[in-house]
Amino acid sequence: MGKNVLKFEHVWFRYGEDLPWVLQDVSFEISRSEWVAVIGHNGSGKSTIAKLMNGLLFPQKGKILINGLEINEETIWDIRKQVGMVFQNPDNQFVGTTVRDDVAFGLENRGIPREEMIKRLKDSLAAVRMEGYELHEPHRLSGGQKQRVAIAGVLAVSPQIIILDEATAMLDPNGRKEIIETVKTVKEQDDVSLVTITHDLNEVTLADRVLVMNEGKVWMEASPKDIFAKRDELKEIGLDIPFVTKLAAELTDRDVILDSEPLNHDELLEELWRFHLNR
Amino acid sequence: MNNAFIIGQYVPGESIVHRLDPRTKMIIIFLFVIVVFFANSVWSYGLLTVFSLLCALTTRIHFSYILKGLTPVWFLIVFTLLLHLIVTKEGDVLFRVFSYPIYSGAVAQGAAISLRFFLLIMVTSLLTLTTTPIEITDAIESLLQPLKKVKFPVHELALMMSISLRFIPTLMQETEKISKAQASRGVDFRTGTAKERIQAVVPLLVPLFISAFKRAEELAMAMEARGYQGGEGRTKLRELKTGRLDISVYALFAVVVILLFIIRD
Repeated sequence: MGKNVLKFEHVWFRYGEDLPWVLQDVSFEISRSEWVAVIGHNGSGKSTIAKLMNGLLFPQKGKILINGLEINEETIWDIRKQVGMVFQNPDNQFVGTTVRDDVAFGLENRGIPREEMIKRLKDSLAAVRMEGYELHEPHRLSGGQKQRVAIAGVLAVSPQIIILDEATAMLDPNGRKEIIETVKTVKEQDDVSLVTITHDLNEVTLADRVLVMNEGKVWMEASPKDIFAKRDELKEIGLDIPFVTKLAAELTDRDVILDSEPLNHDELLEELWRFHLNR
Repeated sequence: MNNAFIIGQYVPGESIVHRLDPRTKMIIIFLFVIVVFFANSVWSYGLLTVFSLLCALTTRIHFSYILKGLTPVWFLIVFTLLLHLIVTKEGDVLFRVFSYPIYSGAVAQGAAISLRFFLLIMVTSLLTLTTTPIEITDAIESLLQPLKKVKFPVHELALMMSISLRFIPTLMQETEKISKAQASRGVDFRTGTAKERIQAVVPLLVPLFISAFKRAEELAMAMEARGYQGGEGRTKLRELKTGRLDISVYALFAVVVILLFIIRD
């Protein structure tokens, strides 16, 4: 895992002088190649965190460091080379008239020479399995495909951190699956840190670490397993737990004691077999 | 929604005209528009007609399709001709229609003006038929480059055009969605007096505008997040190249212009 690439140091943020604090004394770190999920109900400040990471907003108090470099007006363009961001609405982040133009947008902004651009374009479209769609216009793509193009656009500039700000929220279950699969493979191939800001609990189970936000504060920071073990507390702050975890809990109540908390269907099945054999 | 939705009237193809640098096409059309006004004899008109018809033929687009694109201006062409026949009183009386005299000069002048009109519209429509809107945008950006010296926002204009082009289908889909949503709430777009129908558009436009503003805001944020900081130091993926083909087309056009000035009266 190595050293941290992103660090929040006692960050306070509000949208206006007379408005309440959205983030209160938030501190955390993200290591190299780590996958961190940020969850929390609406208004918990999780989307604000994403925008702060990329210099779209600046904190009133505290510091945000990317690879030891503090985010401020002077450094944002360097920061944005290292931090890629995918937003929620697939349509409203598609800048180019075709897939190819859109993926190239970030490269064009950075003044990458054309030959290099073509090479990177090909590689990043291959990484999200969108080869052959180069000349498609956005209205001929599904939501999931558009989001994959957005990810390719981020990958093309080879950032160290990729933030998915509710990137799957507006997709149907199939599109959601596509994106999760894509992100998983990208994560395995490249040495990037991932921050997923999400409502989707299945996304959370894939993360190395989960940050639970509540009322502008880091409410808890732990592995997905430990987080879901606290289902009553989670319910109190308006969060639900995934179906598999719920089922496991119900089973426990009925004296089906599993060795470890399963996070997905496969693990649950495995645990059930083990339970069956041990009986 | 139709999958092959095409903005403008672009007809995909691989012809010589399609492959030309859009700048070449624009420059030649611009010059052609000027040159047409120098024609003043049967031969000079003949030459320009042959040239434009040759251009139309090389696009490999069905001629009837090109003519169909001119439908809205047919009326204007015919109207010009009729007006000349009635008003102009030069030359000899050729024949009479219901005892109204038609002069030879009227026929000649009417025909010349209508033909000039026809040639202008046809040649300019060849541009939009063989060039994608985005190519036209690129060409405009490149051709307006000198204006940068007088602080004219060339890059911004081109970006604005390309973003508009990209969002036309999106907003059209949205309009369709909103009109269905409003129709399901009882808004009637089809019947009623003109005033009622105009009023029915309001509940369509308001949500459309609100969402367009929201989109614009999110798009701006996404662009910024992807490192957009204006035209300075930006490279371009789409490249315009003036090749040998373009040079030969310029040469051909020069020959046509020289010939025209030789044979005109």
